[in-house]
Amino acid sequence: MSTRPTLAVFKFASCDGCQLSLLDAEDELLAVAGAVDIAFFPEASSRMLPGPYDIALVEGSITTSHDAERIQEVRKQSRFLMTIGACATAGGIQALRNWGDTAEFLQAVYARPEYISTLATSTAIADHVTVDFELRGCPINHHQLVEVLSSLIAGRRPRTPTHSVCLDCKRRGTVCVTVAQGIPCLGPVTQAGCGAICPAYDRGCYGCYGPVKQCNSESLGDHFIATGSTPGELVPLFRNFNGYAPEFRAESDRLARRAEGV
Amino acid sequence: MTEARTIRVEAISRVEGEGALHIRLQDGQLAEVQLNIYEPPRLFEALLRGRALEEVPDITARICGICPVAYQMTAVHALEAALGVSISPEIRRLRRLLYCGEWIESHALHIHLLHAPDFLGYDSGLDMAADFPQEVNRGLQLKKHGNRLLEVLGGRAIHPINIAVGGFYRAPRREELAALIPDFEWGLQAAIETARWVATFTFPDFTPPYEMVALVHPDEYPFNAGDLKSTDGRTVKMEDYEREFEEVHVAHSTALQSVRTAGRTSYFVGPLARINLARAQLSPTALRLADELGLEQPCCNPYKSIIARALEVVHVYEEALDILRDYQSFRPSRIGYQYRAGAGSWATEAPRGLIFHRYSVDEHGKVVTAKIVPPTSQNQLQIENDLSTMLPSILHEPDDQVALKCEKLIRSYDPCISCSTHFLKIHREEIPCRPPGV
Ligand code: SF4
Repeated sequence: MSTRPTLAVFKFASCDGCQLSLLDAEDELLAVAGAVDIAFFPEASSRMLPGPYDIALVEGSITTSHDAERIQEVRKQSRFLMTIGACATAGGIQALRNWGDTAEFLQAVYARPEYISTLATSTAIADHVTVDFELRGCPINHHQLVEVLSSLIAGRRPRTPTHSVCLDCKRRGTVCVTVAQGIPCLGPVTQAGCGAICPAYDRGCYGCYGPVKQCNSESLGDHFIATGSTPGELVPLFRNFNGYAPEFRAESDRLARRAEGV
Repeated sequence: MTEARTIRVEAISRVEGEGALHIRLQDGQLAEVQLNIYEPPRLFEALLRGRALEEVPDITARICGICPVAYQMTAVHALEAALGVSISPEIRRLRRLLYCGEWIESHALHIHLLHAPDFLGYDSGLDMAADFPQEVNRGLQLKKHGNRLLEVLGGRAIHPINIAVGGFYRAPRREELAALIPDFEWGLQAAIETARWVATFTFPDFTPPYEMVALVHPDEYPFNAGDLKSTDGRTVKMEDYEREFEEVHVAHSTALQSVRTAGRTSYFVGPLARINLARAQLSPTALRLADELGLEQPCCNPYKSIIARALEVVHVYEEALDILRDYQSFRPSRIGYQYRAGAGSWATEAPRGLIFHRYSVDEHGKVVTAKIVPPTSQNQLQIENDLSTMLPSILHEPDDQVALKCEKLIRSYDPCISCSTHFLKIHREEIPCRPPGV
C-alpha cells in the first residue's frame, strides 16, 4: 500500500483552465505525480479510485442544484479541500448572472430553455462547504499550485503572497500605467500571484486574482472618477471574473448606484 | 414480441461528469445513440450583452482553458469586421504566431498525455511515463514551448492578456521572441520524431463516408483567414456560415449541436479535415513527412487524427520558426477604430476544429448580441453517427470493452479535455416490453 497522500481533482462550472495549470507545470509534473497518488483526476487519467481523499482540488462554481449536492459529497470525501481559481473562490465570470435574470439569459442562449436546468446564481464553493485553502486567479498560477501542493505533501500549511499586484509592478520595474497613461488599473486592490503581467503589456490590471485583503476599492473607484472616468464605465472593471467577491461586488454596486444617480 | 434494451454509458468518472452516452436498442437493432455533453451552462452569449467590445477577447477566453486563443482570435476578427477595421500584415503574422503557440500546446498535450495511452494500453500519460519516458518527456517539452510562446506573446499561457481588438496591447521586442528560436529548432526535430512514432500505432479499420469542413486559404495553412471548404467540393464564404450551418438544440445536451442546414446532416471538423482539405499548404517538412508516413489522401479514419495532429505540430513549429526569425518589433501594435453600430462574423481554426463567432455592437461600443459556435458542437452529431456505425459490430462484446471502444472513438476527436479522457462507465439494461397496442 502506498503511503503517499491521495489527490483528487473535481470540476464544477468552469473552463478547465485551472486544473489544466497542473498539467502545465511541465517541469514539475512528473515529480508531483510521483509524490502523490493521483486517485481521481478524470482530465488526466482513467484510473478513478473512490474516496476518501487526502487532498481535493476543486475547480468551478455552483450553478446547478445537482452540483450543490455534489459539493457536499466531495467535502465529506476530502480531508483537505482547496479551491482553485476565481470560479471556485468567487463564482467566476458566470456569476454575472447574479445581477441579471437567469431565465432571460437562458432564453437568449437556447432555443429550448426548458431543456436546461440551472440555478439563478453562480456561487463560490465556500458558500456551500468549509474550504481549507483558497488559491486565487483566473487562471491560477501553476508555480503557486506546485508550491502549495509541495507544502501539503511535506505536511506544512501552504502560504501564498498577500500583497497587491501594485507592489509586484514596482518590483518588476514596470512604469505605472495609471500614473503615466491614465489607464484605470485594479493593481492596488488586487492580490498578487499573476506576476503583474497586464501593466507590463501596457494595459491596466482587470483583477483576475481577486481582491487583496483589506483593500480599499472605494477610494480607488473615487480616484478614477476624480481623474476622469465615469462611474458607469468603472462598473464592469470591478464586475468581471471576481465580480462576486464581496469587496469587488460592493464597489461595483456602489458605482452602479452612482451611475444611476441614486 | 419486441424487446428493448438500453445501454447507458454514464459519465460518472467524476462524482458527476460532463459527458454521457445513451444507447437504445430495439429488437437487437440500434435504435438511438445520444452523446450527452453535460457542462453546467455558463451563458456566455447572454452575459456578453452590454459589455464593452474591448472586453470580449478577455471574457470569451474563459469559455475554454485549453484553447482560449481560438476564442480570442475569432472574437477580435469578428469585432474588427463589425467595426470595419483592417489589421496590418505585421499584426496578422503575429496572430498566426500566437495561434502556433496554442496549437503546439494543445496538440502536444492531446497526443502524448491523452491519446497515445489509448493505443499503448495505459490509463494516462503519467502512467505511460514509466515505460515511455522519452516520448512523454518529449511531449512535455513540446507543450512547454507552446506555452512559452504564449507567455512571451500573450503574457501568459492560459487566458493571455495581450490580445486586443485591432491587434496587441504591446508588440513584443525582437529579443523577447528571438530567445525562443533555439527551443523551436529543437522542437521541430522532436515534433518529427513524434509524428514518426504515432504513425507506428495500430489503427482500427474504420472509415465512414465523411463530409469534412475546414477553412482554406490559397497560400497558407488554415488559421484565421479564408473560405470554408467542404470535401464534397463546395466552398462557402465565411459570412455565409450561418446560412450553410445551423445550430439545433437537442434535449440531451447543454451544447447546441450544429448540422448542415441542407439535409440536417453531420459534418467533421478538426485536424484531419484540415489536412484533407489543405494538405498542399502544409510546410515543406510536414508535407514531406505526410507522404513519407503514407497518410492517405484523403484519410477518413478518425483514429488517424493523431497523425494529423502530429503533422500539424511539425507544420506550426516550422511556420513559427519562419516568423520568429524574421520578426522585427513594430508600431502601432493596435489599429485604432471608431465605434459604429454594426455586425460582424468570423471563423478560425481552433486546434480541435472550426470555430465561429458573430457579434452585433452599438454606436457606443457595447455588445448587443453574441453567437459562439465551438468546434465540439460541430463534431457532436458526427461522433454520434460514428458510434451508430461502429456499435452494431461490437455489441456482442462485454460491457467494459464496448465502453472502452466508444471512449476511444470519442477521444480521437479531442472533443475537449474533460471529455477526452476515460470517463465512461457502462450499464446494460434489458427491458422486455410489449409491442405498442398489445
Ligand atoms: S477561474 Fe478562470 S481559468 Fe479557472 S476555471 Fe474559472 S474561468 Fe477557468
